Amino acid sequence: MSKQHVMLITGTGKGIGKYLAEHYAGKGFKVIGCDIKPADYTLESYLHFCLDVSDETKVREMLGVIRKTYGQLDILINNAGIASMNHFLLTPLRTVKNVLNTNVAGTFLVCREASKVMQKNHYGRIVNFSTIAVPLKLEGEAIYVASKAAIVYLTQVLAKELGEFGITVNTIGPAPVKTDLIRSVPQEKIDNLIRRQAIHRFGEFRDISNVIDFFIRPESDFVTGQVIYLGGLS
Amino acid sequence: MIEKERIMQVIFGAMEDVNSQLPPEQQLETSKETVLFGRSGKLDSLALVTLIVAIEEKLEEELEVKVTLADERAVSQRKSPFKTVETLTDYITSLLKEESNV
Repeated sequence: MSKQHVMLITGTGKGIGKYLAEHYAGKGFKVIGCDIKPADYTLESYLHFCLDVSDETKVREMLGVIRKTYGQLDILINNAGIASMNHFLLTPLRTVKNVLNTNVAGTFLVCREASKVMQKNHYGRIVNFSTIAVPLKLEGEAIYVASKAAIVYLTQVLAKELGEFGITVNTIGPAPVKTDLIRSVPQEKIDNLIRRQAIHRFGEFRDISNVIDFFIRPESDFVTGQVIYLGGLS
Repeated sequence: MIEKERIMQVIFGAMEDVNSQLPPEQQLETSKETVLFGRSGKLDSLALVTLIVAIEEKLEEELEVKVTLADERAVSQRKSPFKTVETLTDYITSLLKEESNV
């Protein structure tokens, strides 16, 4: 890279977020990560913040540090999210609030504060996270699906509002990947879900970084408001 | 308590930053009477958003106060606090006063 790009990834404590931090630090990006828990790993060119993405004060503080330290933020990967798998009739209101807070309010908040830094340089790439459970309208995941459907429409509206600032906003919808997020889902349900994909296999971390690589390329400046679902769903 | 004059200087600083990105016909005079929002204002909606973001950022950097300028209360007021530099200064002063009384 001719110039080191500064990237913020949320939810880097484990799973996909940790993989993305390693992947992009390895590619020479300056990576800032955050998670509700401290990182149990270190990387060259990696800085970790311990925060809840739905905590407005903490998110503003983090973006303030990024602005003052680097004077730029080029890329935001909004990976932080939580799932809830339960029958609708058995879903507590507290779970609903938690899922919406982290997945929707958290994504909104980090997008808003990151965009304020990005617009100063008239350049930015934002990638949000949805899921193939949205086009599948997956039963047993009502509130998780609702929160991730909100991300699709949030992305599409932000793409319009931020286009003039040189910021693109896109969404990836991964297929099930073997992480803690799906640990509690029964095997039969996962097998059934994979059968509904066009390509019948689990998603891999590399499938996700492949799509993100495309979205964040400087040359992708005419690609915005798009959703790419993995595994052949739409 | 932060003086009104300091708040106005912060707004002027943000206006100068935003002016550097605007074509000459849209640039704002740094005066307390300058119209920021409304029919006689020069800024389009995009430039106004950029200015508000710049003012919030400068308030944090120079005066170490965190404020959200465009919340429900601001947009629901009969007379917009964003009308002129002076009305915006008064609005920010009132926000900071409320905060210091909490």
